[in-house]
Amino acid sequence: MRSIIDVLDLSTEEIEELTACAQDIIANPDAYADVCARKKLATLFFEPSTRTRMSFEAAMYELGGHVITMAGAASSSAAKGESVADTIKTVCNYVDIIAMRHPKEGAALVAANNATVPVINAGDGGHCHPTQTLADLLTIKLEKKRFDNLTIGFCGDLKFGRTVHSLAAAMARYPGTKLVLISPEELKLPSYVKRNALNPAGVKYTQTTDLEEALPELDILYMTRVQRERFFNEEDYLRLKDRYILTAEKMKKAPEDMIVMHPLPRVNEISVAVDDDPRACYFKQVLNGKYMRMALIMKLLKEAGKI
Amino acid sequence: MNIDSIKDGVVIDHITAGKGMKLVSLLELDRDDVSVAIIKNVHSRKMGKKDIIKIDADIPVNLDLIGYVDPGATVNIIKNSVLAEKKTIGRPKVLTGVIRCKNPRCITSVEQELKHVFLLRSDGYRCMYCETKAAEEQ
Repeated sequence: MRSIIDVLDLSTEEIEELTACAQDIIANPDAYADVCARKKLATLFFEPSTRTRMSFEAAMYELGGHVITMAGAASSSAAKGESVADTIKTVCNYVDIIAMRHPKEGAALVAANNATVPVINAGDGGHCHPTQTLADLLTIKLEKKRFDNLTIGFCGDLKFGRTVHSLAAAMARYPGTKLVLISPEELKLPSYVKRNALNPAGVKYTQTTDLEEALPELDILYMTRVQRERFFNEEDYLRLKDRYILTAEKMKKAPEDMIVMHPLPRVNEISVAVDDDPRACYFKQVLNGKYMRMALIMKLLKEAGKI
Repeated sequence: MNIDSIKDGVVIDHITAGKGMKLVSLLELDRDDVSVAIIKNVHSRKMGKKDIIKIDADIPVNLDLIGYVDPGATVNIIKNSVLAEKKTIGRPKVLTGVIRCKNPRCITSVEQELKHVFLLRSDGYRCMYCETKAAEEQ
């Protein structure tokens, strides 16, 4: 039974296949309206989420399927101490596919190892969030028309930001990728990401603390939020949270065809004034996430022989 | 120095000098129902000095644990006083239940029944669940 824990579980050919499928859904939504009729998706969310859970649910509804939701560990048997494995073994009896978010790293792998239906990791702590990366990749494909020869600036929390790790690893597989890593010293990209994803692929990267200096050379600026929930120490969070704020003024230094991405939710790191800039793509990412989740749900259900 | 040969048992040889006692402890051989000889600082042409553990009982030993602590060690299985099998260990690709993940954000930190599994990567052992690197064995 195939599950998707990490975006690297998908080959570059499969990424192409999914982005092509998503583009076809955008062009012909009616053709997909009943593809998953009478199939059920469980969204198991052990930690809060707005867009990811609703995106999965909207995706399944638009494919003609049904959704069963568990939102919040407090309303589930997890509050009674039930293990992830037992929860999954139970839920598999009710549904055809599962999307799961859990605060602990590796929980999605535990789920997949105990599931009899496909499991999609909807975020496991600071570890992986593959469908966010799929949303990012579709946005890049639609806006830049290619995956190769792009210079991407990642800005903010590059240490705990799972979306950064995943997208950096995914883009490392394409020729000509260059990364500019913009972060405070304390939130630099972990060395294991460089060693395991960037260095073997020969990806060129530079590290800086200066956002404005980096802007002119970027094709894509990927902003991130400093996440309070990843810090054990409140003082560190408060010191670092507003280190980078993208403003309309700073955007003047960016190329005309640069796009701004953000996995959302945003706090202060992108000024609301930037939203009106045609280069701002973060709300497009949200919509693209739904199309890619539709494509992924269909792919996994097809592979499982359920549709 | 002579230690009586064993009839049915296990000899762990080519242990890096100084690691014999640690292995005995980790393999839980320091119990009172098994005869175990620990020979320390034995002269070795290849290694200079080495430790040897002789277990006078046909009991299973955790090869993964031995390979993690001392990948150069060899394990000899003795049956009817003859060498029945010789195993060179090396670093195991998968370590199950040998070391524990210390990452407080890992799923293994809250699910007590979950086995701690580490996979051998290019830079050492990493938790199968959260990819946290294991502390290097000293």
